[in-house]
Amino acid sequence: MDREKRADPDALLASLTDDKHGRLTVFLGAAAGVGKTYDMLEAARERLAEGVDVVIGWAETHGRAETENLLKGLPAVPPRRLQYRGKEFGEMDLDALLARRPQLALVDELAHTNIPGSRHTRRYQDVEELLAAGINVYTTLNIQHLETLNDIVAQVTGVTVRETVPDRILEKAAQIHLVDIPAEELIQRLKEGKVYVPGQAAEALRKFFRPGNINALRELALRYTAKRVGRQVESYMRVHGIPGPWPTGERVMVCISPSPFSAQLIRTAKRMAEGLKAEWLAVNVETPRRLPVSEAEKDRLARNKRLAEELGAETISLTGNDVAEELLELARKRNVSQIVIGKPLHNKFWDWVHGSIVDRVIRHSHGISIHVLPGKAKQEQERVTARPERRSFSAYPYAGSLFIMLLVAAMAALASPYLTLVNIAMIYLLPVLISAVSWGTGPAVTAAAASALIFDYYYAPPIYSFTGNLLISFSIFLLVALLTGTLSAQLRQQMTDARQREIRTAALYALSREIAAVVELRQVLASVARKVAESVEGQVVVLLPGKNGKLVLQACSSNQDRSLLNENELAAATWAFEHGEAAGRGMDNLGGVKGIYLPLRTEQSTRGVLGIKIESVEKYLQPEQRRLLEAFAGLAAVAVARAQLAEQAREAHLLAESERLRVALFNSLSHDLRTPLASIVGAATGLLEHENIYSPAARHDLLQTIQQGAMRMNRFVANLLDMARLESGVLKLNKEWCDIQDVVGVAVSRVGEPLNKRSLRIDIQPDLPLVKADYVLLEQVMVNLLDNALKYSDAGSEIAIAARKIDKNVSISITDRGPNIPPEDLEKIFDKFYRLHSPRQVSGTGLGLAISKGFIEAHGGRIEASNNPAGGVVITIILPSGAEGPEEVLDREKGDSDG
Amino acid sequence: MDNKGRTRILVIDDEKQIRRLLKVTLSEHDYEVEEAVDGREGINKVLYCKPELIILDLGLPDMDGIEVIKKLREWSNTPIIIISVREQESEKIAALDSGADDYVTKPFGMGELLARIRAAMRHASGAGDEPVINFDELVVDIARRRVTIGEKEIKLTPTEYEILKNLAVYAGKVLTHKQLLRAVWGPAYLNDAQYLRVYIGQLRRKIEVDPSRPRHIITESGVGYRLL
Repeated sequence: MDREKRADPDALLASLTDDKHGRLTVFLGAAAGVGKTYDMLEAARERLAEGVDVVIGWAETHGRAETENLLKGLPAVPPRRLQYRGKEFGEMDLDALLARRPQLALVDELAHTNIPGSRHTRRYQDVEELLAAGINVYTTLNIQHLETLNDIVAQVTGVTVRETVPDRILEKAAQIHLVDIPAEELIQRLKEGKVYVPGQAAEALRKFFRPGNINALRELALRYTAKRVGRQVESYMRVHGIPGPWPTGERVMVCISPSPFSAQLIRTAKRMAEGLKAEWLAVNVETPRRLPVSEAEKDRLARNKRLAEELGAETISLTGNDVAEELLELARKRNVSQIVIGKPLHNKFWDWVHGSIVDRVIRHSHGISIHVLPGKAKQEQERVTARPERRSFSAYPYAGSLFIMLLVAAMAALASPYLTLVNIAMIYLLPVLISAVSWGTGPAVTAAAASALIFDYYYAPPIYSFTGNLLISFSIFLLVALLTGTLSAQLRQQMTDARQREIRTAALYALSREIAAVVELRQVLASVARKVAESVEGQVVVLLPGKNGKLVLQACSSNQDRSLLNENELAAATWAFEHGEAAGRGMDNLGGVKGIYLPLRTEQSTRGVLGIKIESVEKYLQPEQRRLLEAFAGLAAVAVARAQLAEQAREAHLLAESERLRVALFNSLSHDLRTPLASIVGAATGLLEHENIYSPAARHDLLQTIQQGAMRMNRFVANLLDMARLESGVLKLNKEWCDIQDVVGVAVSRVGEPLNKRSLRIDIQPDLPLVKADYVLLEQVMVNLLDNALKYSDAGSEIAIAARKIDKNVSISITDRGPNIPPEDLEKIFDKFYRLHSPRQVSGTGLGLAISKGFIEAHGGRIEASNNPAGGVVITIILPSGAEGPEEVLDREKGDSDG
Repeated sequence: MDNKGRTRILVIDDEKQIRRLLKVTLSEHDYEVEEAVDGREGINKVLYCKPELIILDLGLPDMDGIEVIKKLREWSNTPIIIISVREQESEKIAALDSGADDYVTKPFGMGELLARIRAAMRHASGAGDEPVINFDELVVDIARRRVTIGEKEIKLTPTEYEILKNLAVYAGKVLTHKQLLRAVWGPAYLNDAQYLRVYIGQLRRKIEVDPSRPRHIITESGVGYRLL
C-alpha cells in the first residue's frame, strides 16, 4: 500500500502550543476507505509500546478483520448506550474518558454527529473538551467534511456533505497525518467490499468513487496539508529569525516603469504579497522604441527598482517589443498568480494608436488575477519628458566633416571626366554618411549643406551657378543626414548603455555574491568596503551609528583610508546619514568635501553611510556612475540590515538561553540551599527545644545531620562561586608544576568519609611527568569527578583513578561501576544543570561536571565521558603536560655540607 | 575568676557568630578568649591583654588583615592563625609570608582549629628544639640525622632529609613553598616549586604507606605542606 505520511512537524511547534492543552493529531484522508482508522490504530500501538497511556474512546472498524486485529491489546472505554426513537445506539462515553484521564485518547470519525441527548451535538465538540482537559487526541477526518472546502467538494463530486467540521479544529491540530492511496487502489478496495460508507446506495457509491472525483479530493487533501506545512515552515523561520523567502502557492508580480507612480504600485504589491505570504517580483520592460531613455528616467527607474529590492522583491528587467507579451510570458514562466499594474495616464487616443498594454495584459491573462491601480493626476505633471542628452559642444566633428567634404570634392573633381552626373551625386553623398556615422547629426547636416552647394554649383547644369534643383538635392542630402545620424546615435547610445549595464551588473553581482555568503556584520562591512573600493578604484569607508547615535568608522578598504575621515568629512557623512541623502563632492549637498557620502538606506531607516573617495572624481559625476554608486549603497544597506537583524536574532536567542539558565539556577538554588538548611534548622531546633529527651546516640545523629547539611551547603556554594568565576571570565590560572599523584591524594582526602567506605583503586604511572596547571582548580576538578562517581554508583562498589602519559599529554581517568549513560547523553552530562534521569535519588547542583569542563578547557585540555564496557562510566581528562617538562631538578649538596 | 595557667587567645573577627562560636568552644577547651571586632581594636587589645595567640580573620571592615599582621610583627612575636576562605590562596600565602603562623579555611572544623592552635603554641614555647620528633611510627632524630619508621631506618638523600627536617621542626605547622625552598635550596630558588613537587613525591614514596593517600606529608593546596 502506498501511504504517504507527512513528516513529523518539528517539536518546535509543540513549544508554541499551550502546555496544559492536549495536542490534537488528525489523520486526514481524501475519502472513506483510504485507511485512516487503520493508520491511527497503528500509530496508537506504537505510542502504547513507548509507554504512553493510550485509551480508545471510539473506533469504527466497520467489521474489517485487519483493523479489528489492531484493536486487540489497546485499552478502551466502553461506549455509552443511548436510546433514541426506540433503538439503541452506541456513543462515545465522554465523561468516562474524562474521568479516566489517559495521556492519549483515540476518537475516530471527527465529523460524526452525536445522537440527540448527548452532551454535545457534534463529536468535534467532545474532542475539544478532551483537549481542554489536557488529553492528547488522535482522530480521523475526510477532507470533504472540512467546512471551507464543502462548496468545492460539492462542485467536484456532486455530493453535498452535511456533517462539516470547522476549519479552526484542524488549524489547532498539532499534527496532521495525511493518509493517501492511489485512486485505482481505492476503487479496487471498494469492489472488494472493503470500503463501508453508511447510508449510500451502491449506485451512488460507484458514481462517487470515480477516479476523477477521488483524485480531486486527494488533491484537496494534499494541498491543505501542504499549505499547513508551508505555514509551519514559515512560522518556524520567523521564530528562529531565518530570513525568507517563504514559498507558498501564490506569487505576485508588479510591473514598474520610471514613473514615480511605480513606487505606489510596489508598495501595494508588497502588501499583497505579505497578505498572501507570497514571493513577489518587480518587473520592468524596456522596449527598443522607447530608447534612448533620458537620464532622469533611468534614475527614477533605478530608484523604483531599489525600493522593490528593499521591500523584498526580486527585480527583473526584460527587453522586448511587446510589453504585454513579455510580462505575461514571464508571469507564466514564474507561476505568477497576481499581477499588479498601473493604469496609464495617457489618453484614449494614445491607446488607440499604440494599443493599451493594460487591456492586452488583461485579455491574455488566462487565470492570473490582474490588479489595475489608477494613477493620480498630479503625478502626471511630475512626468519628465524625455529630453535628448545635452553634450558639450565640440568644433572638431564639424571641421572633420568639412575636411572629408573637401577631400571627396577633390576626388570627384579628378574623377569627373570619367563619371556620369548620377555617380558624382552619389560620391557627394559619402561625406554626409561618414559624418553621420562618425559624429552624429550636426556634422552630418553641415556636410549635407556643403555637399548640396558644391554639387549644384559645379556639376548640376547649368554649371557654375545655383539652380532650382539645389533645393531638391539639399533636401535629399539633409534627409539622409538626419536619418543616418539619428540611427547611428541610437545605435551608439544602445551600445554604451549595454556596456555600462554590463559593467554595473558585473560589479553588483560580484559584491552581492561576496556579501551573500557572510552573515557576521563586521565581515559584511569589510566585504562591502573592499569590493566597492576595487570596483571604483578609490578609497572606501563604512560608518555605522554607535551607541550614542554618532557615526563610527566600522570598516575601510585599507588602513590608510582612516585618514580620509577628518572633521569636515565626518560632518558631511553625518549630514548624509541624518538626511538620508547623498552628500559630498559632486553631489547637491556639501560639495566642498573630498569624499562622496551615500546613506545606506532601507525602507525603514538609514543604517549607516558609505564613504567613497576617488581621485578622478569627475568620472563619477556622470549619472551612470552615480547610479552604480547608489546601487552599491543600496546593496550594502540591505546587507547591513540583514546582518543587523541576524545579530538581533542571535542576541534574542542568547537572551532566551540565559533566561533558561537563570530559571534552572533559581530552581537549583531554592532546592539545593533549602534542603540542607531544612535539615540543619530541624535538627538544631530539635536539640535546642527538647535537649533532655534525646539519647546520646540520637543527639549524635542530629548533630551529624547538622554537620552533613552544612558541608553540603558549603559544596554547593563553592560550586556556585566556581561557576561564577568561570562565567564572569575573571578566572585567572595560577599555573605551576603539579604532581598528579599529589593532586589525587589531596582530592581523595578532601572528599573524605564517603570515599573511605569504597574500595578505591589508584593507579598512577610511576614516572608520570609533572603537569603545568593550576593546582587548586585541578584539585577541584578531581573532587567534583570523585563526588560524581560516588553519587552515580552503588555504595560499596569500586572507584578507580588512573593516570597515564599519552604522547605529550597526561590522561587522568575516573571510573565508577554505576549504570551506563545512554550514548546520546554522554556529551550532555557536561551541560549546566544537566542531571541523569536515574532511578537513584541524586542530590547535587548539576554544576560539578560543567565546572570541571570549564576548568579543564581553560587549561587547553579536554574532558570526555565514555561508558565502561564492564559497566559504569569513565570520565577522562586529557591535559597537555606543558611545552616541555621542568628542567632536571637540582639535588643541592647543602645537606652534605652541614654534616 | 582565676585565669592563671589558662592560655589567653585574642579573636579578631567582625562576625559576631564566629566570635561567639570561638568563645564558647575555646573556653570549653580551657582557653581564655578575648574579642576584638576590627583591626584597630585588635591591635590595641594585643597591647593591653597580652594574648598568647591571635586568631585573625583576613576580611576585616577597617583594615586589610595582612596590614594587621605586618603592624603586629613590628613589635610582637605572638603566634597568629588566620581565618580565610578557599578562593584566596594568594592572600593566605601573603599572610603567611608576612609573619602569620598558620591558617584555617572557612568553614573549618573545631578539631582542625585546635590542632593549629596547639602546633603554633608549641613552636612559640620553643618546643620545636627537641632533638627527636615523633609522628606516630615516623621518627625524625635531628641530632643523629636519622629517620626511622618503626624499627626500620629510611635512607634519604641530603635534599630529601633537609625537606623532612624542616617540616619536622615545624611539626603540624604549614610551611609555604617559598619558606621550604628558601630553607632547602636557598633564596635564589624561590620560584622553582617544581623541585619541591618532585622531592615531596620521592619522600612520600619512602615514608608513606600509600603515597597516593599520604598521612604524614599533607599538601595544603596552592600554599605549601605540613607534616603531621
